[in-house]
Amino acid sequence: MRPMMLDYVASCFEEFIELHGDRHIGDDAAMPAGLARIAGQRCVVIGHEKGRETREKLRRNFGSANPEGYRKALRVMRMAEKFGLPVVTIIDTPGAYPGIGAEERNIAEAIAFNLREMMLLRTPVVAAVIGEGGSGGALGIGVADRVLMMENAYYSVISPEGCAAILWKDRKHAQEAAEAMKLDANNLNRLEVIDEIVPEPKNGAHSDPAVAADLLKAAIVRNLKDIVNVPIDELLERRYAKFRRMGQFDETES
Amino acid sequence: MAIFKKPTFRGSGDKKRDMPEGLWQKCPDCGEVIHELELKKNLRTCSNCNHHFTLSAQERIDGLADPGSFEELDRTLTSIDALGFKTYTEKIEKYRKATGLNEAVVTGRMRIIGHSAMLCVMDFRFLGASMGSAVGEKITRAIETATSEKSAVVIVSASGGARMHEGILSLMQMAKTSGALALHGQAKLPFISVLTHPTTGGVTASFATLGDIILAEPGCMIGFAGPRVIKETTHQELPEGFQTAEFMHEHGLIDMIVERRDLRDRLAALLGYLLP
Repeated sequence: MRPMMLDYVASCFEEFIELHGDRHIGDDAAMPAGLARIAGQRCVVIGHEKGRETREKLRRNFGSANPEGYRKALRVMRMAEKFGLPVVTIIDTPGAYPGIGAEERNIAEAIAFNLREMMLLRTPVVAAVIGEGGSGGALGIGVADRVLMMENAYYSVISPEGCAAILWKDRKHAQEAAEAMKLDANNLNRLEVIDEIVPEPKNGAHSDPAVAADLLKAAIVRNLKDIVNVPIDELLERRYAKFRRMGQFDETES
Repeated sequence: MAIFKKPTFRGSGDKKRDMPEGLWQKCPDCGEVIHELELKKNLRTCSNCNHHFTLSAQERIDGLADPGSFEELDRTLTSIDALGFKTYTEKIEKYRKATGLNEAVVTGRMRIIGHSAMLCVMDFRFLGASMGSAVGEKITRAIETATSEKSAVVIVSASGGARMHEGILSLMQMAKTSGALALHGQAKLPFISVLTHPTTGGVTASFATLGDIILAEPGCMIGFAGPRVIKETTHQELPEGFQTAEFMHEHGLIDMIVERRDLRDRLAALLGYLLP
């Protein structure tokens, strides 16, 4: 099994003090967040945690966050902005939780609000997709100055199963859907949606978690170093311009 | 007890087909058969039960903008098949022919009872008004133009969500459009979001729920995940009226539900407060 968010928090960061609650409804265990130190640099780290054993998976809701998770994430980011701490987000979710309560508490708005506010967040942000980058649930903490992606992770608009169910009318075509959607790190790098591919040990992150953690840590630390001293207005302009460029279209009269 | 077996009910398929093309419409809510002329007169709402039929972008623009005031922007902008995805190119071509539009959103400057504003209208007929690069780009340009011209933005949404055929590029349009609204909002300019049937997925989770004021048409479906997905994931019965405008109003997402016949006046009144 691939290392998860809290595994990397334990292996890449020297310290982690977890903070809880969105200050409105509750605390979402699918989205741990807290103060941390990486290579001596104070920061906040926020991410999706799926959980490992059955009970833990249930408690973490398999890494599918509810609105409270996204609102807690933004609260902690705002605190980071206030105290001049950079933000590291770790993305690993099949998607935001499609539940009745999530809809009642306006999960779509919670994600949309983060997209808008992260674009204005006056502190550096580095995001790393470590496993599953599932749709809006991933992007909801993914508007970053640098988006890193582990070699064998995926990042997609919809799960391959979901895409297959809609376009092929059968979830069994997930493999074809995955290929058609070009959701792997190399393709995403080519499409300029991510900034850097983080290499993994030869047989994948799970084959040697310690080496995988070293590689991820090195990439996060280097990228943080690159941006922490950029004047914040310039950083925000670059952040906007990066996402502004994304997309391909045609506008010749036909 | 085969003799008590109910005969299979035939003909429940598509009743609309029995009607002469275009002249009569059957209301999907109450079953009332309405003549096209009457439907038109009532802005395509049912005179019996007030069901709001889906509007094309052009019908919506005609219903909101002062006559002759709409100036379209980026009309030629259209999607390309960036990923080499199945039959996407043919699909786009098909919808372009069927709708006479180049993309699923029409954007432009308008005046509405004298107030000038940028208007974006999504047209559900065009591939479920899903948001790919072209839709995201047109909306982003419209918002950016509004920011530079110091004008308000009104977006009338209706969408199945992000467009799968463009993969991750569609997802990124959520960040792009929301980012443009961030700068528009920073300039203290108003954005009024109007949700119509249906507004779902990546559109709900980006610009559509970021309005300073959010309006919705009565009875329209508004949600993030589809009802089938929610049912399959949670194995729970969905509550009565789940994901309707009324439900979302009750749960605090929507400022007010506005009847179609009142929408133009209401938008103008709101703009009069926010950007006189």
